[in-house]
Amino acid sequence: MISRFLMQDMDRRGTVFLALIAGLAILIPALNLLVPVGSAFHIPTSTMSLWGKYLCYALLAISLDLVWGYCGILSLGHGAFFALGGYAMGMYLMRQIGSRGTYGNPILPDFMVFLNWQELPWYWYGFSSFPFAMLMVLAVPGLLAFIFGWFAFRSRVTGVYLSIITQALTYALLLAFFRNDMGFGGNNGLTDFKDIIGFHVQAQTTRAALFSMTCVMLIAGFLIARGIVVSKLGKVVIAIRDAESRTRFLGYRVDRFKLFVFTVSACMAGVAGALYVPQVGIINPSEFAPANSIETVIWVAVGGRGTLVGAALGAVVVNYAKTVFTSGFMAPYWLFALGALFVFVTIFMPKGILGTARQLLEKRRKPAPAATPEPAPAE
Amino acid sequence: MTAANPGALTSSLLYLDGVSVSFDGFKAIRGLSLTIEPGEMRAIIGPNGAGKTTMMDIITGKTKPDVGTVMFGGSIDLTKLDEAAIANLGIGRKFQKPTVFDFHTIEDNILLALKAPRSVARTLFWKTAAAQAKRIDDILGIIKLGDNRDRLAGSLSHGQKQWLEIGMLLAQDPKLLLVDEPAAGMTDGETAETAVLLKEIARDHSVIVVEHDMGFIRELGVKVTVLHEGSVLAEGPLDQVSANERVVEVYLGR
Ligand SMILES: Nc1ncnc2c1ncn2[C@@H]1O[C@H](COP(=O)(O)OP(=O)(O)OP(=O)(O)O)[C@@H](O)[C@H]1O
Ligand SMILES: [Mg+2]
Repeated sequence: MISRFLMQDMDRRGTVFLALIAGLAILIPALNLLVPVGSAFHIPTSTMSLWGKYLCYALLAISLDLVWGYCGILSLGHGAFFALGGYAMGMYLMRQIGSRGTYGNPILPDFMVFLNWQELPWYWYGFSSFPFAMLMVLAVPGLLAFIFGWFAFRSRVTGVYLSIITQALTYALLLAFFRNDMGFGGNNGLTDFKDIIGFHVQAQTTRAALFSMTCVMLIAGFLIARGIVVSKLGKVVIAIRDAESRTRFLGYRVDRFKLFVFTVSACMAGVAGALYVPQVGIINPSEFAPANSIETVIWVAVGGRGTLVGAALGAVVVNYAKTVFTSGFMAPYWLFALGALFVFVTIFMPKGILGTARQLLEKRRKPAPAATPEPAPAE
Repeated sequence: MTAANPGALTSSLLYLDGVSVSFDGFKAIRGLSLTIEPGEMRAIIGPNGAGKTTMMDIITGKTKPDVGTVMFGGSIDLTKLDEAAIANLGIGRKFQKPTVFDFHTIEDNILLALKAPRSVARTLFWKTAAAQAKRIDDILGIIKLGDNRDRLAGSLSHGQKQWLEIGMLLAQDPKLLLVDEPAAGMTDGETAETAVLLKEIARDHSVIVVEHDMGFIRELGVKVTVLHEGSVLAEGPLDQVSANERVVEVYLGR
């Protein structure tokens, strides 16, 4: 039943996307591990991890597209769910360091020893267990989204107001996580990781496995999001986006539908964050920066809102451009370039890269549009 | 407020008494009282701004009255419920400005309206049963949009959207239908067909129709309520109402 749910009405675009990501999951690690370093086909570990990071962003973008593209909820705080997932993973990785830290304390992470803490705060309990930490990767963002959404959607906060409070949410978390007494490493965040389920995080094979895992999770996230949007629930959600009050008059409890997609989306963003942390080696409060969440919106807009595949594409394209841009002499102008890109896409490509590409294809396929008789709408 | 006299209320499907609502001090509805019997079709007429649409807003939970009783099925206080709950009780509505889901196909518009469980879980794992598919086909046939079922609703003409919305009402299969200006923007031919369709629907549903088109009202041949400045000015058969001096003065005579 589950596979039928995930695969129903699979279209060509989705199939190509799945095949591509599955291909990358095998090909990139193979080129990294099996091809000798001197060869032209060898992919350096750093490049592989960089692409792993892009794919984490792609998963984050898909999660945002689910709520924004399909349900019309413009969340400007999705970075918060991503970062919370990241922190949950970071806490697990910190506990794995054990007595190998600078201060050699078998229980307390270095930053706690430094702050003269005597015992582990209760909310760190359990994080030495991988399954528990993975549960928290889903549960913490999911629960926050659920509580936040419960209040926001029930009191019918929509549009700009909702966007502003999501932005405030991530900003509040940014400030909170900056504080040393919160017990999350303050300013420096969590870093210097050693092992993940017994494997050294820096090892080439671990990196390759993390990359493949990212691909797998991206595929899973895409399938779940797609399963949702093509279901009848997805139709309700689109109806809410386009005519919210009309949907209510049909008897649908709009707040519950919004809460469902928002919570699922937050869990997905949390998974993206959890995969991101071991690949970049650090999580710190800057991940909560409001600008991060806004950038995510731009990726989705650039790729094509309400297409899922487009969102993933946008995340990769924009971040690839960012890497190229910020490593050259144009680095100081990146934000301007990003802003310009956003303005350009909004004005000239309102459907994003994917929508525009499809329009062009369709135009080419039927060269003489006047020749196809369209039933003239009786005005 | 609880039902003061349950005996008198249980027989009517919809019971409004002493309902008032004001917007920023402007009294859109003042002391409105109205009763609809099970199976009845009622036409509501009245000048622009008389409060016809606002009355529907009150019944469907969009607007909460400042004072007054709004009872459904004899004992259910509609003022305590929200839009979704009222819709699920069996009150369906067609809006004055046709509102369909533009980015859904015609068929999906009907599917969304179709009487079925409305919960998150049930819609997530929904499979349209054969009987339901047949019902959708039937409705598409009735509203004459069967050949266009895969077209996006946004591409329909105004008149077709009106019909689609009536089709959505049929799919909902409510006990009471509130139909706000169904013939607006239609040709005379379409208007006549709409009257036939509504009469058909009224055979097994209670219906409240708001219209400005007098020919259409005459066609329906039902009891008429005239609203003016938020309350009932006259009520009765069309001929009797249109002979009423006050009605002629404020509405018909213009
Ligand atoms: N939400 C609102 N806020 C402020 N004023 C409102 C609101 N809804 C209705 N009104 C006012 O209440 C009055 C009654 O409006 P309503 O739409 O019910 O009239 P109507 O009888 O349906 O008229 P029409 O025939 O033009 O559709 C109007 O003066 C309108 O401006
Ligand atoms: Mg009106």
